Amino acid sequence: MPFNPFRRAKIDVEDQERIDRSLEKTRGGILGRLGTLFQANEITDELWEELEEILIMGDVGVETTMKLVDATRDRVRREGVKKIEDAYQILKEEMVRILQADAPPLDIDNPHRLLTVVLVVGVNGSGKTTTIGKLANYYRKKGKRVVLAAADTFRAAAIDQLKIWGKRAGVSVIAHKPGGDPGAVVYDAIRASQESRDADILFIDTAGRLHTNYNLMKEMEKIRNVARRQVHKAPHEVLLVLDATTGQNAITQAEKFKQSVGVTGVVLTKLDNTAKGGVVIAIADRLGVPVRFVGTGEGIDDIAEFDPWVFVESLLEHDKRT
Amino acid sequence: MFDNLSDKLQDVFDNLGKKGRLTEADVDRALRQVRLALLEADVNYKVVKDFIVRVKERAVGADVMHSLSPAQQVIKIVHEELINTLGEAAPLNLSGAPPHVIMLVGLQGSGKTTTAGKLARRLRKQGRRPLLVAADTYRPAAVKQLEVLGEQLDIPVHSEGVEPPPPEIVNRALKRARREARDVVIIDTAGRLTIDDQMMDELVKIKALSKPDEVLLVADAMTGQEAVRVASDFHERVGLTGIILTKIDGDARGGAAISMRSVTGVPIKFVGVSEKLDGLEPFYPDRMASRILGMGDVLTMIEKAEEVMDKEEAARMEKKLRKGEFDLDDFLKQMRQMRKMGPITSLLSMIPGMGQIAKEIDPEATDKQLKHIEAIISSMTLEERRNPRIINASRKRRIARGSGTTVQEVNELLSQFRQMQRLMKQLQSGKRGGLGGLLGGFGL
Ligand SMILES: Nc1nc2c(ncn2[C@@H]2O[C@H](COP(=O)(O)OP(=O)(O)OP(=O)(O)O)[C@@H](O)[C@H]2O)c(=O)[nH]1
Ligand SMILES: [Mg+2]
Repeated sequence: MPFNPFRRAKIDVEDQERIDRSLEKTRGGILGRLGTLFQANEITDELWEELEEILIMGDVGVETTMKLVDATRDRVRREGVKKIEDAYQILKEEMVRILQADAPPLDIDNPHRLLTVVLVVGVNGSGKTTTIGKLANYYRKKGKRVVLAAADTFRAAAIDQLKIWGKRAGVSVIAHKPGGDPGAVVYDAIRASQESRDADILFIDTAGRLHTNYNLMKEMEKIRNVARRQVHKAPHEVLLVLDATTGQNAITQAEKFKQSVGVTGVVLTKLDNTAKGGVVIAIADRLGVPVRFVGTGEGIDDIAEFDPWVFVESLLEHDKRT
Repeated sequence: MFDNLSDKLQDVFDNLGKKGRLTEADVDRALRQVRLALLEADVNYKVVKDFIVRVKERAVGADVMHSLSPAQQVIKIVHEELINTLGEAAPLNLSGAPPHVIMLVGLQGSGKTTTAGKLARRLRKQGRRPLLVAADTYRPAAVKQLEVLGEQLDIPVHSEGVEPPPPEIVNRALKRARREARDVVIIDTAGRLTIDDQMMDELVKIKALSKPDEVLLVADAMTGQEAVRVASDFHERVGLTGIILTKIDGDARGGAAISMRSVTGVPIKFVGVSEKLDGLEPFYPDRMASRILGMGDVLTMIEKAEEVMDKEEAARMEKKLRKGEFDLDDFLKQMRQMRKMGPITSLLSMIPGMGQIAKEIDPEATDKQLKHIEAIISSMTLEERRNPRIINASRKRRIARGSGTTVQEVNELLSQFRQMQRLMKQLQSGKRGGLGGLLGGFGL
């Protein structure tokens, strides 16, 4: 990874290593096309075209790509930048600026609150249950008492799946029978968290749903309302779990979930894949929703807090795809 | 939101029309819009490039130059070329001696397990005796998930927990199928990344020992640029015979279909249209092409309408529409239902040919107007809604006061409603005409 003087986000070494390891596979140790471009050392029209291509191929989307390339080109002209390396740096800064989305800090680990409720939502198969398993483990290791609510009562064996994750993470899972009312599960889970388990954080696993399904979106709002009635200002975070292979539809997804239950952050999963997940830049740009975590594998430790610099580097890293 | 392609091309074509001749530069301008639309629909960057070259070759040809309406010609070529690329609908190819084997492969979370259940159900309906095989021993509770689906369907599932290696499970499942005279074996494999060599080897092994008739890639319709790599990697390593595109009940444009089809050349066989086990349909290339181009799809709109409307209510409404008994109370209900579906303009843009109209409508003004109408009807008594003829001058004044409108506006609404009722009686076709008619009746 090129040396980066602007690196400011804090990330612990272990996290960094994990991300690097999983990204390694995609890089194959080869300095990509941008690397070659550096050496060309002259800013030409082709450079802008190449950048466009790389961004679009990373699922950033046409609109946001144009915006980024234009902003970079403007600054390059204005600041009289001559070296490609510097242009590249400017592009990264622009991307990071968007990704930071003026978001308040993540509000899960809040010692002043008795119980923090985190609602986890997303389309089918995006990685919600797995992410909850990883997060449960992550916060338990930080010394938090964590409880999970199995509010996906719809998908076959979803409850069993969460229970397995609960066992792996060493936290308790509150569940009803398959087909039950998810609102009732949440109600019980909050009661249990407040009373017998004296928990710090409650994660609510919800069934996957497409944002186009009106009834399911309403059901999700009901779940949110149950939490809201029981705990002051709950849910404190609403995490949208997004698969990194998703294309431009992720923007509509984020928009609709935000409208419905007020998404406060994105978890970008399956980043161990070669997919770049660039659509989160468009989401941060248009909806102001930041990325909070990234999932980098199927193991319990394969999660890290999101670092925009690391993300941007890997997005621009061009692998040998033809 | 993105404008849809037909609108954008309309602009380009309007300009072309004035010149009456189609130059290469004109085609280029039109194709730039096509390119953007395809990229926004998630068709892979490189696939788009090739596609545009092909279209251009055809478009700058003589027949276009001499055509009377070059503009329409371009869009026709684009659409045709898309359909060509998407290929024909292809059925399952289960030939030779049973048991036939279908192997499902794909990334994590693409929908393999649910699709396995759907396929089994479909095949049984065709008189087959399927056996499901739980060969995903990695994802927690994946085995259980398939068992539950099998139970719901009353179709046997071969499962051995999560201990044995998947190829061995498959081996024993095949023996069992022969023993129990099961003629189709559907193997649910674990989701995996194509860069995971060990996991890809496992698929190769399972394929070698089970000699499947079909190896189907189950892919999410929302997939972005990565679709090309996913499909070509699976095809190279394992060898695919077809693709199933899932979750198309969402609103993703589904450009991944084009990408995957063009890099593998294997047909798209089915699409997944709901979470329920009957939600698997044959693939229709023309529908998909229209969807990718954003050219509108009446069916999508109707499905959306049905989803929001309670089924019984919909049936009742339809009957009333047919008989021309639709009254103001029904209209109020219907309008409230419609509002749930989203802004009127987005509904309109789903109807072919209405894209332009949708654009001309100011969504805010329209919404205001709808709220107005709603307010007026809400201020009527139930009796008045059922039988608007009884609304005399003094009733009109009361309604106007109650809804914060004028008598003139109340009059307007009533006359529009009469007009609409007449229109309804002419439409014998029920739902489809119903919604469009409603909108038309109110000059929207
Ligand atoms: N490679 C990889 N796979 C992941 C990651 N996160 C989740 N998965 C896999 O993605 C698949 C779907 O994950 P789930 O956690 O079941 O997804 P979900 O959103 O809960 O799914 P539904 O509840 O069915 O909507 C599983 O096979 C997971 O192992 C990740 O970061 N990397
Ligand atoms: Mg789940």
